[in-house]
Amino acid sequence: MAAGSDQKKYKVIGTRPIRPDGADKVTGRAIYGADVQLSGLVHGKILRSPHAHAKIKSVDVSAALQAAGVLAVVTGADFPELKDKIAQLGEGAVNLAYLSGNLLARDKVLYKGHAVAAVAARTANQAEEALKKIRVEYEPLPAVTWVLDAMQDDAPLLHDDIHTDSMGNQSEKPSNISTHLHFETGDVGQGFKQADVVIEREFKTASVHQGYIEPHVATALWNTDGRLKIWTSTQGSFTARQQTAELLQIPVSQVTVVPCEIGGGFGGKISVYLEPVAALLSRKCGRPVKMTMTREACFEATGPTPGSYMRVKIGATKEGKIVAGEAYLAYDAGAYPGGMIGPGCMCVFSCYEFPNAVVDGYDVMLNKPKTQAYRAPGATHAALACETIIDELAEKLKLDPIEFRLMNAAQEGTRRVDGPVYPRVGLIECLEAAKASEHYQSSLKGPNRGRGVAAGFWFNIGLKSAATANVNADGCVTLLEGSTDIGGSRASIAMQLAETLGIAAEDVHPAVVDTDSVGYTDVTGGSRVTFATGMAVYQVGRKIRAQMMERAAELWEVDAASVSEADGVYSSGEHSLPFKELAVKLHEIGGPIVGSASVNPQGSSNGFGVQIADVEVDPETGKVSVLRYTVIQDAGQAIHPSYVEGQMQGGAVQGIGWALNEEYFYGDDGQMKNASFLDYRMPTALDVPMIETIIVEVPNPEHPFGVRGVGETPIVPPVAAMANAVYAATGVRMRDIPMSPPKLWKALAEKESS
Amino acid sequence: MKPFDYTAPSTIADAVSLLSQHNGEARVLAGGTDILVQLREGLREAGIVIDVKKIAELRALDCCSTSGLTLGASTPCAEIYGNADVCTAYPALTDAARIIGGWQIQSRASIGGNLCNASPAADSIPALIALNAVALVAGPNGQREIPVADFCTAPGRNALAAGELLVCLQFPAPSAKSSSAYQRFIPRNEMDIAVVGVGSWLQLDESGQTILSARVALGAVAPTPVFAAEASDWLAGKPATEDTYRQAGELARKSASPISDMRGTAEYRVHLVGVLTQRTLAKAVQRAVAQRAAG
Ligand SMILES: Cc1cc2nc3c(=O)[nH]c(=O)nc-3n(C[C@H](O)[C@H](O)[C@H](O)COP(=O)(O)OP(=O)(O)OC[C@H]3O[C@@H](n4cnc5c(N)ncnc54)[C@H](O)[C@@H]3O)c2cc1C
Repeated sequence: MAAGSDQKKYKVIGTRPIRPDGADKVTGRAIYGADVQLSGLVHGKILRSPHAHAKIKSVDVSAALQAAGVLAVVTGADFPELKDKIAQLGEGAVNLAYLSGNLLARDKVLYKGHAVAAVAARTANQAEEALKKIRVEYEPLPAVTWVLDAMQDDAPLLHDDIHTDSMGNQSEKPSNISTHLHFETGDVGQGFKQADVVIEREFKTASVHQGYIEPHVATALWNTDGRLKIWTSTQGSFTARQQTAELLQIPVSQVTVVPCEIGGGFGGKISVYLEPVAALLSRKCGRPVKMTMTREACFEATGPTPGSYMRVKIGATKEGKIVAGEAYLAYDAGAYPGGMIGPGCMCVFSCYEFPNAVVDGYDVMLNKPKTQAYRAPGATHAALACETIIDELAEKLKLDPIEFRLMNAAQEGTRRVDGPVYPRVGLIECLEAAKASEHYQSSLKGPNRGRGVAAGFWFNIGLKSAATANVNADGCVTLLEGSTDIGGSRASIAMQLAETLGIAAEDVHPAVVDTDSVGYTDVTGGSRVTFATGMAVYQVGRKIRAQMMERAAELWEVDAASVSEADGVYSSGEHSLPFKELAVKLHEIGGPIVGSASVNPQGSSNGFGVQIADVEVDPETGKVSVLRYTVIQDAGQAIHPSYVEGQMQGGAVQGIGWALNEEYFYGDDGQMKNASFLDYRMPTALDVPMIETIIVEVPNPEHPFGVRGVGETPIVPPVAAMANAVYAATGVRMRDIPMSPPKLWKALAEKESS
Repeated sequence: MKPFDYTAPSTIADAVSLLSQHNGEARVLAGGTDILVQLREGLREAGIVIDVKKIAELRALDCCSTSGLTLGASTPCAEIYGNADVCTAYPALTDAARIIGGWQIQSRASIGGNLCNASPAADSIPALIALNAVALVAGPNGQREIPVADFCTAPGRNALAAGELLVCLQFPAPSAKSSSAYQRFIPRNEMDIAVVGVGSWLQLDESGQTILSARVALGAVAPTPVFAAEASDWLAGKPATEDTYRQAGELARKSASPISDMRGTAEYRVHLVGVLTQRTLAKAVQRAVAQRAAG
């Protein structure tokens, strides 16, 4: 159901055509990274650290080199020296020494599962057996896996060359705190003085993994002519190319990345892990080398999202106006600096008008895998803190939780604590839609049941996208794009081109092509593809349209200025031809038409959403069942509503898992104890009800069709919405996430006895 | 994973002689849902894998109201709960068979494999102990019987001697007005491993008001599944009421000696033993009474 949209405005946009990649996917023909087969292909495997923190005293690979089937062995020493080299990777800068150290450790291992060496052999089993023959001498060091412990002066230090950067000032001593961020607006002291109610709470969240179903996989062929070709499942083929080229210190044009179909990424398939290692092995053995991670390695060595400690304080007047907020956020970054604290700080108060606010954020290194983006990285944590307190305030003030949010909702002109002033945004419309929904209006009866709501925000970025379209002689259009398709974007990009050209969605045939075949395109991330790549194809469409008009003038021998186009029909005077018929004549009038465009929109398109959760808690076991769940989201303009709904449902389900059971469970030895899908408990289809969706459409003025991104915002509210629902059901506020049954049972038992 | 040989004998004698021949490096394969995973993950190694699914005795499923149930060691779960007589007479067993993995797993996984794998959290074992099942074992020196309660000796270890093979499980014939139930607690609703599992069997008197005898067994709260002797003994002669089940739950907690791990704290597991004992006893009574009404 779409609220507030003008359904008549478009012919293609807002409809639900069959996805172009559907047949391949349901018949198993789609080529994912693991399906790549090349002649002479050999297999690479990685030896990983058994310690959470240790010095590497020596690595002896001689016995492995002698093992059956072995063709090559590499260690960190095979990477070029990269000290203090910084690479710009579209979404941010990366210190290449850290990136290469994460791929193959040099003198220290920083987390259990840290890669130490790699072997290529004729078969995967031979490679695995050879790993056992590599002798690594470690000197184990004390490890730290909780963010507050890592911030202590006497904590085990991960890097002795990293000092805290606090607003440009460097700390004297090296520290696990790589960055201290500070944002301030208004006068917080004065603000809290105006408050009639002030609530301050502490929150903890465990690390959670993106949990993509497809493990990381890459195949590399370093050819004798020096050209390197890589097949991989990635969110960004160009970013993978750039990272690989920079890490190996070879020119970017020497590398081609072929993006395969991808079985989920959620932010975790932006950084490279295997590609450069497979390349080094391939260079040594002269054959294509394929590497596939185990699930255990995915958990232990690829990006989870941060564990966090947060302390947040919000004050409001008795009339229900928020007057001040204060936040202290410490997010772990894993083993290398540069986690998700920045967006966390910017998002914590992003849903409301805070006339006075101060936010302090800390990026903290510890002995866990380097954190990576995970759908709205850093925002879910912050929303848990803010939205739980908002819920408590509403209760104290005896206001309906949606009403209280409406009274303070961010809108056009609201200034966020980190500076930006919002243009037209859709939070109020989302809150109104939530309030009016059948779900919110229905009553929830029965013992141990409760309803919670929460709002959420994510920026949604722009960045670079390119596309090329070829008009074929049958009037169909082939579209080449560089945005790897994770959530149905091939369909929504093709639809925007079809709309621009006035042709049917089925007449555009989209293909995601390799880095040699289309212009530079940034990652599929930041909820940017439908927005930015959509802008690129809009321009492509306009360029094709302009050429078609010229050709029509030629055909009809009329003045080009007299030709017009509407709904895909070109006309001049008594002449008139629809796009497809005109296209058929192109070979007579100048040959085929090609359109290409490249865009680089700046700023953010600001996605807001609201979610409603109904839960039931088993008081004897602490198990939470989700009875009903609704996601309300401003999509700006839903291009293909099914995929917008899919994003809304997927984000909510991941957030429900985060709230209830998902966590990196660490032992005292600093080792993750649950690195499998058995004990890392993501929700199954039987753990969630059908997630209901309400698409709100407040068009984005910066986009030709009004698109805002939608992929990330849906994971922002769920943890808070679930915590608020559990409170409504039990009277217990869960501020230590996940609210797994043992923890919730304990909290219920404590409440009972007090 | 190292390469290994595969063979599929069709008689118990051949299987036993193969096991003796390859002592130490032979692995029995029933449904393979434990052993194949363990071989692939390098948790176990094998020189030869002996598939026992071709041996008729190991695929038995004979349910008889007078002589009881003979369940071949490699009969898959789906066949077990697909048998209406077994569902009626041994519901704790079919409760367990229905929740071991999903459909794909259930069409391969056997109760014999579940038992021999000897996981402390195995779902069928508390049900087998509650149902007083006995394991029939064949070896180089002939056959012998081992009560299931004594079958597991440590996590991943069982009482089979070198060269021995589990042939079948034998269940006593169902007594009048008796029934059973197995439940586990898992944080999700599917595809999960028991945080605690409890199997209960009981027999009611003529009137259906009093418990004549009962057997309660616990999973995932000790190095092996355990028979909760104190609770079981205490239940004999007690009225079939919620209060009885609750008190039995209190007593069953004493038989639990769990550890704290990623699946739950020791304190929580002990608490769940009480909850699930109470729930499975209530369920077993409800079933026994319903059976009485029906029959
Ligand atoms: C996805 C998945 C979900 C699962 N879910 C559950 C669950 O919910 N609950 C649960 O309890 N388990 C579960 N399991 C574990 C497994 O499926 C069960 O333990 C199953 O019952 C094992 O039976 P099998 O026939 O596959 O045994 P196999 O793997 O063939 O054998 C298991 C072990 O027993 C030995 N063995 C087998 N038969 C004999 C014999 N006749 N004599 C001597 N030794 C023998 C084997 O050598 C091996 O060591 C799951 C497994 C998977 C992969």
